[in-house]
Amino acid sequence: MKPTLIGVTCLMLGAGAAVAETAPQAVEYDEYGAVAASLSGAAGDPVEGRVVVSTKSMGNCVSCHAISEMSDVPFHGEVGPVLDGVADRWNEAELRGIVANAKMTYDGTIMPSFYKDTGYVRPGDAYTGKAAKVAPLPPLLTAQQVEDVVAYLMTLKEE
Amino acid sequence: MKLTSLKVVASSALALALATGGAQADQEADLIINGDTEITVRTAAPAHLENLSEILSGWTFRTDETQALQMDDFDNPGMIFVDQGLDVWNTVEGSADKSCASCHDGPESLKGLRAELPKWNEDAGKVYTMEMYINDCRTERMGAEAYGWSDKNMVNLTALISVQSRGMPVNVAIDGPAQSTWEQGKEMYYTRYGQLELSCANCHEDNYDNYIRADHLSQGQINGFPTYRLKNAKLNSTHDRFKGCVRDTRAETFKPGSDEFVALELYVASRGNGLSVEAPAVRN
Repeated sequence: MKPTLIGVTCLMLGAGAAVAETAPQAVEYDEYGAVAASLSGAAGDPVEGRVVVSTKSMGNCVSCHAISEMSDVPFHGEVGPVLDGVADRWNEAELRGIVANAKMTYDGTIMPSFYKDTGYVRPGDAYTGKAAKVAPLPPLLTAQQVEDVVAYLMTLKEE
Repeated sequence: MKLTSLKVVASSALALALATGGAQADQEADLIINGDTEITVRTAAPAHLENLSEILSGWTFRTDETQALQMDDFDNPGMIFVDQGLDVWNTVEGSADKSCASCHDGPESLKGLRAELPKWNEDAGKVYTMEMYINDCRTERMGAEAYGWSDKNMVNLTALISVQSRGMPVNVAIDGPAQSTWEQGKEMYYTRYGQLELSCANCHEDNYDNYIRADHLSQGQINGFPTYRLKNAKLNSTHDRFKGCVRDTRAETFKPGSDEFVALELYVASRGNGLSVEAPAVRN
């Protein structure tokens, strides 16, 4: 009897976590572009976030941003600002907003929106050059990947 | 002893810096081909270009090694394809039993053409690129089949014709009947395509001279096209390059030869008015 109850409880917790994820179109940005709540409903993992930031097929953030701590990864770009000390300049909600959709913070920024799924001109099927097969598109990063990236960025402190 | 080890340390530090620093370019270098053809690789931007004061050939952004490949035709791998273009020029094809050479004096008789294309074609009632003129010749005068836009014979022939104008300033017309096509191309240049929402301008106007990963972003000038790319070891048409760029924004790209890319070619060519024709250029 007791083991069964535990099983039911686990199931309910699992279902609860899925419900807590915020869909791209439901994300609430404040007037400065910040997002207060976790997109996945869970905490981010900075170790996973470091992988997303440095991996070409994932966030590929280093393509445009240099990070001194990440000197093991070659060829950091210089299109965006250096991310050293980024957690001293922004709080978690602000960083979440910038990663999810930087255009809400900086109108017209070149930075792609990593948690957005509609509103594109000629959306493609990834890098094939062909038309997108689904609408809305899967966002560039999942809710949890955004949280992981934010958790990693929060470790980049200089002060 | 001390001095020697210091030297060793210094030289290995330099080697390391070169290895990790990505491509090194001499952006102040001047380009003279074969010791006699002076190429304008930097000059004042044309008046219509509001956001740039100086225009720069893609050559200025490349490594010393890549730059050197374009300074002598014996080193320029693109010249092999120019030779193949000459074979195409002389090949009789089609129901009229004609080659290019049957009607034209020689490729040098088309000197100056590259510099002013794309341009308005009054008979056709639209803007024409070199490829469109070639295909009109093939279908109407030779009785031959049109080439595909990126067919190697087409690209090599455009290289042969383009190299005749090498060193001449790009000078495409943007007014008169071509103006609406030019406006269309300009609008495309500033449209943020695809899931990455990137316009041509985002990289090539706002961020030229910055590195994006290991790539040194240029102004995206097309005065060197068709261009030999070390990446695929052949000549590449302007439209093939456009296609790859739009694809890399995670967009549904346009087809080479499409009205859209013709318009974009006219606009981008006009951004290089004043640079020299460089075809066949060498790029990475």
